[in-house]
Amino acid sequence: MNSQEGAGVVIHGTAPSIFLRNISKAFGETIALSDVSLDLRVGEVHALLGENGAGKTTLMKILYGLTQPDTGLIEAGGVALTINSPRDARAAGIGMVTQHFSLVKNMTVVENIALASANTFSLDLASVRKEINAASAKFGLEVSPDAVISSLPVALQQRVEILKALMSGCRYLILDEPTAVLGPQDIDSLLEVIKKLRSESGIGIVLISHKMAEIEQVADRVSVLRRGKVVSNSKVSGMSSQELIGLMMGNDEVAVAQRRPTQQLFGDPILALKGISVTTESGELNEVSFDVRSGEIVGVAGVSGNGQAELVRVLSGTLALDKGSVVIEGNTLGQTTPQSLMRAGVGMLGEDRHASAVHALQVMENLVLDCIDNFATKFQLKQKEILEHCESAITQFEIKTTPKQPLGTLSGGNMQKVLLARLFSRKPKVAIISQPTRGLDVMATRYVRSLIMQASTEGTAVLLVSEDLDEVLELADRVAVMYRGAIIGIVDGSTATRETLGQLMAGIKQ
Amino acid sequence: MKPRFALRSSMPWWRGPALIAAAAFVSFLLSAIVVRWAGGAPISAFHYMFISPLQTRFGITESILSATPLIFTGAAVAIAFRAGYWNIGAEGQLLAGTIGATWVGIHAEPLPSIVGVPLILLAGMLFGALWALVPALLRTRLGIDEVVTTLLLNPVALLIISGLLNGPWRNSETGFPDSDVIAKSTQLPIIWPGTRVHLGLALGVIIIVLCWWYVGKMAGGLKLRAVGMAPGAARIAGLPVERTLLVAALVSGGIAGLGGSSEVAGVAHQLTTGISSGFGYTGVIVATLAALSFIGSLCVALLFGLITVGSFSASRALEIPSTIGEFVQSVLLLTVIAALVIQKYRVVWTRGKK
Ligand SMILES: Nc1ncnc2c1ncn2[C@@H]1O[C@H](COP(=O)(O)OP(=O)(O)OP(=O)(O)O)[C@@H](O)[C@H]1O
Ligand SMILES: [Mg+2]
Repeated sequence: MNSQEGAGVVIHGTAPSIFLRNISKAFGETIALSDVSLDLRVGEVHALLGENGAGKTTLMKILYGLTQPDTGLIEAGGVALTINSPRDARAAGIGMVTQHFSLVKNMTVVENIALASANTFSLDLASVRKEINAASAKFGLEVSPDAVISSLPVALQQRVEILKALMSGCRYLILDEPTAVLGPQDIDSLLEVIKKLRSESGIGIVLISHKMAEIEQVADRVSVLRRGKVVSNSKVSGMSSQELIGLMMGNDEVAVAQRRPTQQLFGDPILALKGISVTTESGELNEVSFDVRSGEIVGVAGVSGNGQAELVRVLSGTLALDKGSVVIEGNTLGQTTPQSLMRAGVGMLGEDRHASAVHALQVMENLVLDCIDNFATKFQLKQKEILEHCESAITQFEIKTTPKQPLGTLSGGNMQKVLLARLFSRKPKVAIISQPTRGLDVMATRYVRSLIMQASTEGTAVLLVSEDLDEVLELADRVAVMYRGAIIGIVDGSTATRETLGQLMAGIKQ
Repeated sequence: MKPRFALRSSMPWWRGPALIAAAAFVSFLLSAIVVRWAGGAPISAFHYMFISPLQTRFGITESILSATPLIFTGAAVAIAFRAGYWNIGAEGQLLAGTIGATWVGIHAEPLPSIVGVPLILLAGMLFGALWALVPALLRTRLGIDEVVTTLLLNPVALLIISGLLNGPWRNSETGFPDSDVIAKSTQLPIIWPGTRVHLGLALGVIIIVLCWWYVGKMAGGLKLRAVGMAPGAARIAGLPVERTLLVAALVSGGIAGLGGSSEVAGVAHQLTTGISSGFGYTGVIVATLAALSFIGSLCVALLFGLITVGSFSASRALEIPSTIGEFVQSVLLLTVIAALVIQKYRVVWTRGKK
């Protein structure tokens, strides 16, 4: 493990150090990248912006050796680099934290980091532990070396990934949508780490993000990808977020976000929670009671880890209740199961889209997975109807895919749209929606939010769990704030502000 | 310059089949070494193994006969594996099927064929499914790994057979530890006159076609595939994951058990401890070589039938051990799996250091 020599030396905006030249890449019919050139410099945060499916991840996977380009080359200091694997990339000083972490879940932090560096036959965990502690202190990335990965929250797992990359001695660090999986507090501390890595250790960082505010906060330069081409590359200081969005979308019309008028006449309560209590190792719910009426959007806000995840698990039927009951349209469900909820008309969009997607199945198969029987006769699937259903969903939800593509090959945003299409095409009575716009581009975010509004206008009772306060404020008719596993307050969406919600989230009752 | 492996992102269509052919060639070379070592001439050994059985009607039909149980076990393993249920117990389930079949067979004297044949088939299927039930329940109710439980039940089935044959079912005429001959009315009819090819072959092919249709074309099959590929996502989509696994396990056991009936009622006409020469285990190899496709399993089973018959004639003619057949099958498995893995990579030459 190399130590990071020259730490503290600020090399701000020196000559370009890594060149990606004329990179093209196609997957069958799909052209993911065409003739893309990019330069990365040490000591600079380079933001990569673009719609879902624009090719950001593909480009970075090429740089990190996870995919090979069809044409084009990578150069450092005038010499062509051969990057055929992540190992080559690390040897060239390039590290990457992918959207999907590559940690061994039931091993400890030390073991994971030792794995990444172990090339010898001897394994000296004690010295690795020492190096981890040193690196943690130096980069401001605290972790406890002996924690088992699966016991760590996402933010800390990410920290381990970053540490792993840094300890392999990288000068360039690629972060693919690192903030998409984090709550607001964790985002702030990650951005601090990024700034520190740049200015104190002179590391060049590629930051992929869909959030303009983050880019303005930490990035020095920004490149915009649109449909596999670089359409802009400039200093961040000279660009407004409106300009950037315009570049990303090209001629596509950008819908303007606006709060929907609160509907005055809600129907009857469709979903009612009555005194729900559960205890798990990760958190608890304490006498949670509230209801959601037909046509209403109830937002659930709170600092992450205050029971939101448990609430969603109860409503998806994967967590057994200790006490209380779930009532749907007046019918009390005992212990909930995914099937009983689905039969009662509850639809669900989980926060981890990969957990809900069968990657190896085609898009069209995934789209009908929760209602296969409606698309089959006794003896045979109605392939033609499935295909038509999929084609209309692709048009209606503007999904960039073909029906027969395996779902796993879609970009994150498009995968999310597939799952949303599946949810809403069943016309559920109740929709439980968790972090719906994580990792979605600006356009898709607005589109998804408008879909949620539309479903509620059509009478669906929506429970929206989101860590994005703006999202909650934009959509919710009422906001329930969770604190330590209980609902600490429910406020009216039209009068709620960041401040009132913030106080409740901190556990302060008015 | 040093060679290294790098992940391949895409490849031309012909590379898969070409690699399999290369793997087959490599496995011939490796087998040739062993044949040589055993004192035979490799070329003529392979001639006896792969060509000469196909030159006589007897060779062809005997190969088909040897392939018949493998068609059942191959299909049984493939359908379970497609659902993500790792059933290594086709051997035990087939043996349980032979017990059920024999039980009907030796007690069915007065019945007409039209009743006897369906009854003996049903009995095998039922016993096979029953043998698969316990591990399946342990897996779906308590989460106990089925690989271990299904595997460990295999020798148990064999011990029960041995107990029956040394006790209540001991041959009433000879006193040997093999059962009485089953009633004529329960013996499977010959479907290729003048040979030993029996109704079991037709059943096996029908099972293959049914499985292929079910898994690829029917609603239940899509559910089964989804459960096999991503049980978590299937559960979120409201699919009954446990029930799907249970059904897949029972169907798998039933098919293997039917294979047991087919052996007892179609070929042996009595139960012996040697009724199965590892058909269940070979079924795992068959399904794996076929990449869990059903039509593929049928083809591999037929190939293995050919190798089995061919290795006997090679052994007789060249005086080498007949286990050479099993050796060829195993080496083929290893090389093909290696080819399937290698196919995902390409060799790159790196310059300079390291
Ligand atoms: N292995 C693959 N096979 C087929 N198509 C692929 C594969 N990987 C990516 N693609 C396609 O390439 C395009 C670019 O995908 P990529 O993942 O790079 O997008 P992205 O810019 O990272 O999007 P997002 O913001 O949603 O993560 C998409 O249309 C995607 O469907
Ligand atoms: Mg991406």
